[in-house]
Amino acid sequence: MPDDSSSIRNFEELALPLFESLYNFARWLTRDQEEAEDLVQETYRKALKGFPSFQSGTNFRAWMYRILRNTFLTSRTGLKSAPSISLDSEEGESVQPLTVETPETLLLDKASQELVQQAIESLPANFREIILLCEVEEMSYQEIAETISAPIGTVMSRLARARKALRQELTRKLQGV
Amino acid sequence: MEAFADGELGSAEMRAFDEHTRQCASCAADLLGAVRLKLAIRNAGRRYSPSPELRQSVLKDVRAKSGRHWKLQWAWALAAALAVLGLFFYVQQAEYAQRRSFAELADVHVATLASSSPVDVVSIDRHTVKPWFAGKIPFTFNLPELAGTPFVLEGGRIAYLGQSPGAQLLFKDGNHRISVFIFQNRSEGARGLGQGSSKQVTFNLSTWSEQGLRYVMISDVEPADLKELRNLLSAAAKP
Repeated sequence: MPDDSSSIRNFEELALPLFESLYNFARWLTRDQEEAEDLVQETYRKALKGFPSFQSGTNFRAWMYRILRNTFLTSRTGLKSAPSISLDSEEGESVQPLTVETPETLLLDKASQELVQQAIESLPANFREIILLCEVEEMSYQEIAETISAPIGTVMSRLARARKALRQELTRKLQGV
Repeated sequence: MEAFADGELGSAEMRAFDEHTRQCASCAADLLGAVRLKLAIRNAGRRYSPSPELRQSVLKDVRAKSGRHWKLQWAWALAAALAVLGLFFYVQQAEYAQRRSFAELADVHVATLASSSPVDVVSIDRHTVKPWFAGKIPFTFNLPELAGTPFVLEGGRIAYLGQSPGAQLLFKDGNHRISVFIFQNRSEGARGLGQGSSKQVTFNLSTWSEQGLRYVMISDVEPADLKELRNLLSAAAKP
């Protein structure tokens, strides 16, 4: 007989502290409150159901985020975003050098928080998610790789491209373009 | 540059890069920009908070499953308790049946001692006693050679246990008498008799199973003497 009650308690201890972060991430991904709420609920249901197969000692947070991400990808909104998410032709691409039209410090001095949020929102889904996982969730490259099921090399190159795209978007917004 | 800002370089690389940025203004400016971008994204990115209703709903979902499992846990606990109780009663019944069988044989032993004709075949010769049982009981058995032992065969009679026929052999050990009952293992009364020695009222008892037969020895002799006779009977029983 499996020790289900202690398993459930263990799940609660691990999963519930991630609730707010998961919602924030879901909200950015879906860009819709109702969809984000459904996504989070579905994520917790799937995670609870799949918890017996979770390997203790591995990264639980990355596991939960992977469930959320995969649930999003198979949702109606996620399927619409699919082309921008499945761009995995980044293997072997060299990381672009850091070149900006506007000095970074000046750019960020001028950019309000709202402007940065708009810039993040306008990014393609795959850039948006990786920026959020790195900067907001403060995941390591390894954790991000586990979450999006991609090699670390892809994580690094996609992150570089996402940051570049974000800077370019910020510049455009600041210049009123 | 970005890996350094993300804290993803190894310690040696981190030190090297840090040293470089102290000497290269351009890289230092780029690093500052990268760090500030990270901070700006982090602050802007922590934008959305879940509603209390969503929190409650998720908690409810998780704990509903926990509740179902608590009920399942209780069901398992109850089933386990019933199984233990059932086993207890089974063991109790088995022990009762065993005590009853032993008591029955002890009564026969006492009746034999009190009888003026304790045995139906009177002989000290095993070659006389053994064939006497042929056709009277549904099995045969072997008797040991007792010369040079403290035991003397006095004879035997038919005995019943749970309405199954068997043999009762009477041995003498000094001034004491030992009844050795032999039944088939599969007979009603012999099943569940177990193994070992015990004290039944004032008698010592030893029982064992061998070659499909159940042996029960009852006597007031010391357990060591019973054990000696048992060894002789066991040796004789082996093919």
